[in-house]
Parts: sequence; structure tokens; C-alpha cells
Amino acid sequence: MADKIGVYFDLANIGGGVDVQNLADEAAKKWGDLICLTKLLPNLAESVDEISRDIAEQGLDGVLLCGSSPRVDPERYRFPVMVDFVNLREQCVLSYKNPDGSAFIPGDQAPAALQGLALDYVQMGVAKMQKGSLPDSAAITATPRILVIGGGWTGLTAALEASSMDYDVVLVEKDRELGGAVRTMPEASPLGPLWEDKCPTNLQDKIDAVQKNSRITVYLESQMAKLEGQPGEYIAHIATKSGEKEEKIGTVILATGWVPLDQKYLAPMGLGSNPKVVTAAEFGKMLVKGEALPKRVAFVLDTTIAKDAIAKQAEEEAKAKEAAEAEQASAEAPAAEGEEAPAYVKADLESFKHLEYSNAVNSVGMLRLANTLCEKTGDASQSYILYKNMTVPGILERFYKKMQDRLGVMMTKADVTAIKDGGNGVVVECKNTLLGHDFDLEVDLVVLPTGLVPTTAKEVTVQFAYRQGPEFPDLELFDGYADSNYICFPYETRRTGVYAAGCVRQPLTLDACEVDARGAVLKAVQCLEAAGRGVAVHPRALDNSYPIFNFVRCTQCKRCTEECPFGALDDDEKGTPKPNPARCRRCGTCFGACPERVISFANYNIDQIGSMIRQVQVPADFKKDGPRVLILACENDAYPALDMAGMRRRSWSPYCRVIPVRCLGSVNAIWISDAMSKGFDGVMLLGCKYGDDYQCHFIKGSEICNRRMQNIAETLNRLGVQPERVEQLEVAIDEYDKVPDMIDGFVRRIVALGPNPFKGM
Amino acid sequence: MSNAILVVGGGFSGLTAAIEAAELGHDVYIVEKSPWLGGRVAQLNKYFPKLCPPSCGLEIQFQRIRKNPRIHVLTMAEVVGLSGQKGDYNVRVAIKPRKTPPHNVDFTFLASSLDGTTPSEFDLGLSERKGLYKAMPFAYPARYVLDTDTLSKADMARLAANEKLNMDEEPREVSLQVGAIVVATGWKPYDVTNLSNLGAGSVKNCVSNMQLERLASPFGPTQGNIVRPSDGRIPHNVAFVQCAGSRDQNHLNFCSYICCMATLKHCLYLAEQHPQTEVTVFYIDLRAPGRYVKVLEKVQALPNVHFIKGKVANVEQGKDNTCVIQAEDAIRGEKLTLNYDMVVLATGMQPSLATEKLPLPVPVDSDGFITGGEEAGIYACGCALMPLDVTRSAQSGTAAALKAVQTVKGR
Repeated sequence: MADKIGVYFDLANIGGGVDVQNLADEAAKKWGDLICLTKLLPNLAESVDEISRDIAEQGLDGVLLCGSSPRVDPERYRFPVMVDFVNLREQCVLSYKNPDGSAFIPGDQAPAALQGLALDYVQMGVAKMQKGSLPDSAAITATPRILVIGGGWTGLTAALEASSMDYDVVLVEKDRELGGAVRTMPEASPLGPLWEDKCPTNLQDKIDAVQKNSRITVYLESQMAKLEGQPGEYIAHIATKSGEKEEKIGTVILATGWVPLDQKYLAPMGLGSNPKVVTAAEFGKMLVKGEALPKRVAFVLDTTIAKDAIAKQAEEEAKAKEAAEAEQASAEAPAAEGEEAPAYVKADLESFKHLEYSNAVNSVGMLRLANTLCEKTGDASQSYILYKNMTVPGILERFYKKMQDRLGVMMTKADVTAIKDGGNGVVVECKNTLLGHDFDLEVDLVVLPTGLVPTTAKEVTVQFAYRQGPEFPDLELFDGYADSNYICFPYETRRTGVYAAGCVRQPLTLDACEVDARGAVLKAVQCLEAAGRGVAVHPRALDNSYPIFNFVRCTQCKRCTEECPFGALDDDEKGTPKPNPARCRRCGTCFGACPERVISFANYNIDQIGSMIRQVQVPADFKKDGPRVLILACENDAYPALDMAGMRRRSWSPYCRVIPVRCLGSVNAIWISDAMSKGFDGVMLLGCKYGDDYQCHFIKGSEICNRRMQNIAETLNRLGVQPERVEQLEVAIDEYDKVPDMIDGFVRRIVALGPNPFKGM
Repeated sequence: MSNAILVVGGGFSGLTAAIEAAELGHDVYIVEKSPWLGGRVAQLNKYFPKLCPPSCGLEIQFQRIRKNPRIHVLTMAEVVGLSGQKGDYNVRVAIKPRKTPPHNVDFTFLASSLDGTTPSEFDLGLSERKGLYKAMPFAYPARYVLDTDTLSKADMARLAANEKLNMDEEPREVSLQVGAIVVATGWKPYDVTNLSNLGAGSVKNCVSNMQLERLASPFGPTQGNIVRPSDGRIPHNVAFVQCAGSRDQNHLNFCSYICCMATLKHCLYLAEQHPQTEVTVFYIDLRAPGRYVKVLEKVQALPNVHFIKGKVANVEQGKDNTCVIQAEDAIRGEKLTLNYDMVVLATGMQPSLATEKLPLPVPVDSDGFITGGEEAGIYACGCALMPLDVTRSAQSGTAAALKAVQTVKGR
């Protein structure tokens, strides 16, 4: 708790005719001894030394800087005490408009509504600081060892790179030997500049390097039985042939790769029934084994035949199912209730889509295989590559060009409309080709693409011993890939300390797998060290606050453990939450969930925001002085959008008061009650988009907030307050020109509703 | 010996490399040539495949920078000299004068009062900017820059008395001690004036894909309305010319990775803004790698979007500022001559080092992509290395951070 606060006003950045001296006087009057000093500085940016001196001489434990948004050059103001900002520029003066809606023309004296707005923000800022304190970090002694699950190309690369960071590595491989899918690849596509020529994989060198490395412990024929604990102090239970082994580890890299798509999906193209039709993976094996090789091979990338057949089949099955269900509906007995929760059942997410997602890997792969075939047969063979789109993106175009010039490899766009027996081999019927006519191609062998199905679509790979279950959440959103919606941050799995790399995350060629493995190693090391320092990782990196539980008041309702987007909370038999600070991302969704308000952060808590709400001067006369609307704005997107709206001189109703929150997930219903009992007429929750295309930085926060709205509405109804007084609105960070209208629209709806019935009570 | 890391380039790859290394506890210097961080992604309206705004990702990165005292950002800065060796480099950096102070006051009104203008680099010539300007609302650093060359005489007089500006700030040079270097110099849109058959930038209403991003951007020249630059009219039919310069040995001898996806994204922009507009995409291959296939399927299902496999031979000026395209339908073997209200050239990405030299010992290939440097403790990432999308640039930046940290750790 701060008890000696210095309040500084940046005259260069307030403007608008605001009577700053009055703000300082009013704050000093209100808070008495809490405020040690108030200063009006002509230019805050030039007063850093002065503030440092004040801190030393006056023993300040908090510095409140009133002026521009906290997003403007805050790094100039790093002091060893609590530092916070009051945004009087972007979200006050610059975005102000008169209560009658007319534009504000700055003059010598700010209108009363603007002066009142600024004063509310200053008082809210002091209240926030009073109720906050600098957190102690929850540092743990982190085990400097990284678990790599999967000993294929990605896993081997990750293990070697992690050992080069001076970390010990435990490598778990399901198979009897290391190498994974690459063992069946005769050669690799280009692995480095100039990206023109195929490369030897030199897989054995990689395997040898791992096996000879004293930092790396390899478990073969082993799988994860359980992962328990938290980053820095995980215990991996590894099921080996000789029983279960336990290893202490810090963080995890998931590199379990892929399994080939079930051949039933390509059965309409003859796979499984015609021995002269194989997949690329199988053809790779033939080349590695050095079997007698066919002379004429068609590499068919166009799999429309199979796609159409599968779609038709699915349609028929759906119809049949519908009919069956209609028949059964009456006979069906209701499911028994009150039984124990069933064991986790993994949904099989394998589908034809995995083949389509493997398009680039297969386009490059077919070039590689065709080339190897030519080489192995001394150019006595002829390869035909038939494609719809040759998906060889980026720099690998150079390899494609080289293959186009290669004797013995012929390529054309073609719609492959049938594959049938004929002559001494197989006939591939080709239409809409680039040769100006349709043709039947007679070959000895047809090679179809391989669908790379991520292992996470088929089985539980990590086996988390987590309250929220053994699997990654929401895998179905990503067709089973261990991935997220983050475009700018590829390593999110929603299980802190576990980083997916390689084909388990998306289908990749070997060069990209290596890059991905390196990135995952960096993240794994970083998370391990963060656990050791007690700080958060992305997106609130370096945040050393963490949720503190007052268990005395906990009623074991389990909401926090269920709602945490990262599964950070486990529980004991009674249902008391067990925090794992190193899994926590500090979004505050847990305390948003808690009906007993037993969870808090040192620098962000229920009482703090409640106190800010209570600092707002709510006028008694709704008609004369207008309504008051509280905006709880997500600090990640909504708050910057409001800042930018202000910068662009978009204005919104001066009756609004904005409080930034870490995530809408952290909004506790009590704040809405606080606002209503204070006399606010409406509460607007402004946060990120949710749903399948979510933009929420904590993935589920805004969605969870939306789900809670139902309860909030019921509570308001019980109190005799119209539930329309609380609304959640979605805003993207670039909707700065729209957000003022969204706010004004809400204020208009509130005005139409009339005053909050609690006003003045 | 130094365990600090230099990152050359403050675009998405460089930012990622710098932040990831700094969050591991290393001091990092970001040297960025332009006045703000963010590079090419700052110019984009939306990312594929989810159509989310790039400034959202940038905001996270900027927050991570604001909170991390180990990250030192030098803007308007360029590396001009290097001495020493791996693990122990001395880097000289030249810094141009910004002429506005840190944590500057809001110059919006002052800037709008000026009359001297120059074509906006950020809007790729689609708008004019003033001499005192801030190219984007989410700029990091959140500061204006004063370009005195663009000021008129009257502007000079207006600004002379302003004590918040440092009109006389001089260029300066600093030297940094670092152990490893990450090169993230990125890319630039291929210069359309090289594409003489495609109008060489002179056909009105024939714009590049990056220009279309600016037209679609809420802080772009048209506040996000996709209209014809010549008359502000909604285009009724639009053609996209894929591989404009890419996959062509006379221009860019590679595929630029992103242009197919960018065009599909642009089709979605158009479908949302102008559902009646007819769109035709001329392509060689539609490259939607991996799960991006879903975007391709979504666009192929749009009723007003048509695809023609074939190369565009010519773009010429037509009547009423239309664009005339001559193309070949490769499947039907037909020659086509078609008229469009607007044409978008899906121009490729050229590595910055194709035309600029860095005073660092990094070899580049004939296209300008970096091909080595590791033995010297110099690691390239992002589009300096190969054409990539944002996700893969982030991966690449993270991977380069690892290599740099391996080089300097323990020092």
C-alpha cells in the first residue's frame, strides 16, 4: 500500500484550459497525508531528475504522473517505487466534447464538465495507487532441464539446440529408434541457401550428435504417462519398456510430429485396393530400401476425386444418421445423472482436411521424390507431376525451377478425373491440362500425396495432470494441430511452459522444422528462467505480480479453476484451488470468476478497482448534469483504441469514466454492483473480439466475460435494475474511428432508460 | 567481450528477435532506419488468415519493449561501421536528428497548420504528408519527426519560435559493444516502374498490393475506403495480377510467398466493402500453403470472385481511366482483352539488401537474400533471408534470437 504519494502534473501535455492547480489542490485536500507533495511541472519529460530527488528526499513510495497516456514514452519514468499514470491527454482533453454534443474549442478555461472529468481521473489515480503495492515475485528454484517429446527431425534439432544453451535434455521417443519420418526420406528438399538443390538429410549425423551428447538423456520406446507440476518444477512420468520413470524437468518442447492420414480417405483413388497406387511416404520407403523401381511414375497432387467421394459419403452418412436418430428419439432413455465424471475421452480429429493442409509439403515432396527416382534409375525413368496448384511457396521456387528444367520430370496442371487399371499398369485420366488437350497417362505406379495428421489430433501426447484435463484445450479449433490464433506469436499452446514445434503445429518442410525447433527452444529456456525469477511470460512478460488467494473465505466453488484460460489452477480433493504461479499469465480471469473475492494481485485487485469506481463524483440530478457511465476497457486493444481515437480528435460523451482492466476476463461482478450502488447509470465492458476468430490476448477472457453476463443480468433483475444498463461490446484495436460512436450509442441508450434507480440512495 | 546483441531492423522479425533475447536477460539494441518501429506490417490493414489488425500484435510487442529496460531502441539510425570479431564487436551507428524531444507534446495542430508537403512514403505516394509528422497512430516511439526539407518558408517562420522543437539538432554517432548481431533488414515492395509491360506505375488506377493495403487502412489516405485513386469512385470490377515481378528471372527469381494470400485477403476486403464489385484474379498457381487452404476455399466460394489461370501480358491505360488487360487463359488457350475499373498488381517482396549494402560481413545471393554470416556470429532472419509471412517471420526471429544468445551466453 502506498502511503507517501507524489502527484506530478505535466503542464506541457494537459492543456484544454484545465485548471491544473485546482486538480492539485482538490487531490491534496481529499487525501491529506497520503499525498506528500503535488507539483505542476512545465515539462514532465525534463523533470526526471527532480522526481528522483523527491523520491529520495521525501521518501515517496508512489509517483503519480498526470498528463499524457501511459503508452507515451513511459520508459523515461522508471523509478524504484510504484509509478502510475493518469491519462489527462488522449482520453480526457483530446477526446472531450461538450455535454450537448458540440465540439470543444479549447480556451483559457475548461468547461465544468471537462474540469470534473479530469478531477475524477486524478482522484481515481490516487485511489488506485493507494490500494496497490509493489509485488514480491513468486520465484521458484527451476530445474534446468528441458523435456523434448518426440525424437524426429524437429525433436533432434531441439535437443541439440537446448544442449547448446547449456541445459540438460530429456528426449522421449515412442519408436525403437530416433529419426521419425525422416528415416523414410531418401533425400531432403533444400535445407539452406541457395535453395536450389536437394540435400542429403544426414540424419545419422544428427542422431549420433544426440546420442554422444552427455547432456541429453534419450528414452526410446517411451511415451508420456503424466506431466505434473508447473514450469520450472514439472515432474515428467515417462512410461518406458522397463516401467515408469520420473524426471524432474523445467519446460517442455512438443515435437511429436505427424502420422500418415488413414488410407481410407484416398481409397476412391485406388489406395489400398490397387497395389500400383501408393502414397509419397510409402514411395519414399521404396526408394530408401532400394527396391526395383518403376519406369514411369505419375505423382498426382490433385485429389479432387477423393475429396468429392468423401464429401458424398459424409452426406449419405449424415442422412442415415438423421433417419436413425429420428427412429430412436422416442425410445431413448435419459442419461443417468449424479454419476462420477467419466474418464477423459480423446476425440479423433483426423480428417481429409489434413491432406489438403499438407499441400506445400507434398508439392515440394513430389519434386524431391521425382528427382531421386531419376537419379536412382540413372535417368531411365520418367516422372509426371500432375497438379492443380503447385504449392511451392517462397524461396523453394528455385528448387521448383530447377526441377522444371530436369530431364525426366514432366509437370502439368491437370484435373485428374480417374485412376484405373489399363495396359500393363495404371491409367491416369487428365483433363484441363496446359498441353491444350485431355489425355490418358499410362504409368507403372501412381504416387499420391501423404496427409500429415498431427499426433495431437489422434492421441493425448503430453498427459497433463491438470484440473482441466490431460489435453491441450480447443484443439478442434485448429483441426488438431497444437496451435493458437496468434499470428504474431507462434508458440502459444495455452499450457504455459509447453511449446509445440514442427509438424505437430503445422505441416512444414524440414528446413522450417529446424527453424521452428530453435524458436521453441528459446521459448522453453525463457519460460524456465522466468519461473526461476517468478515473472510471467508472453504477453505480460516480466510481470512479477501473481494471484494471491485468501483461502479462509474460499467456498470451493471451483469457478476459478474451471475458467483459467491457461489451466493454471489445480485443486485438492475438497476443491480448494491450488495455484501454480509459474503457469499463470496474470490476466486476472480467476479473480473475475470469484464470487467471494478471495483472489487478488498486489498491484491489481477487486478492492482497488472498486475504490476507483467510488471516487467518481456522480451528480444527483440526472436531467441537469447527465448520466454517468463506467467503461471497463481491456488494456490490450480497447484502451489503445481509445487513446488513438483521442489522438485523432474523435470525441465521446463526457459522462464516461474509463478504467483499464487487464482483460475483460478479470471483470468481477462486484464492480458492476459497486458502480450501480454508487449511482452510475450504465456500465460498458469494452474488450476484444471473441469466438472462433478470437482476438483476446488471453484467448478466452472476453468470451468468459460474455458468458458471465447472463448471471450479471439476473442479479441486476433481482435488484430491480434493468439489465440493459450493462453491455459488453467488442472492439478491435484499429476501430478507433468507430469506438466513440459505440460509446455514444450506449450513452444514448442509457439516457433513454433514465436514471439508475439506486442513484442518490 | 559483450553479452549484448545488436538487431539491425525494427520490423516484425527484428522486434521479435530483440524482445525474445531481452526477455532472456540480454541487453539488446534495435537499430531502425525509419523513425518508428514496425516495418512493413505497420502498413498493413489486416493479417491473413483471420483478418485481425497488425497493430494489435505490434501493441503487444511495444508493451513488451516499454516494460523491458534491457531493450534500447535507436530509430532513424543506421549501422555505419563494424570492427572486432564474433563475441566482441564494436558497432558504429549514425543517428539522424528527429528534431522533436522525447515524450513530446501533441503536435497535431501545429503539424496541420503547415503547408509544405511531400508524397507520403508510408502511404506509398497515395497521400501527401507535412514536414512535421507521425506516420501512424500507434507509432513507437509515440513521437513526431521534423523533416525540415519539406517545410515551406512560411513553415520555417511558423516553427522558428517553437521552443519544443530542436530545429538545430545535429546528426550524431554512437558506438555499441555487442557480442552477436541479428540482421532483420526485411524487404520492400518490388519497384513497379521496372514492370514496363504492366504499366510501369503510370496507368491510373493500377495500384500495387501494398497500396491497396493503405487504401483499406482506417488511417490510410481514404480512411479505409477502397476506391479508385483517380476519382474516388467505387470500382465495379477489379483485376488482380498475380506474380507481378515474382517467379520471373528478369525480375524476382523466386516466389514471394505472401502475394497469393494477400490477394485472397484483398478479395475479402472487397467482398465486405463492395459486395457488388466483380473481381478477377489472374494467376499462375494459387499458393495457399497449409491451413491457409481454408482462406482459398472461402474466397473461391464468393460469387463475385473469378479465377483465371494465365499470365497477364499487358496493362494499359483505357478510356475513363479504366485499365485494359491483355492476358492469356492458359487452360483454354484463349487470348483475352478486358477492361477494369481498377487493377491491383500483386507485386512481390524484394529483400532490402538487393539495393542497399550493410557494412557487415554478410554474403548475399544474386537476389539480395542473405546466405551466411553464422561463423561471424551474425544471424539473419525474416525476409532478409527468404520471403515469409508474419507467423514464419516471428518463428525466424525467435530462432535467430536463440543463435545470437548461444553466441554471447556466459560472456
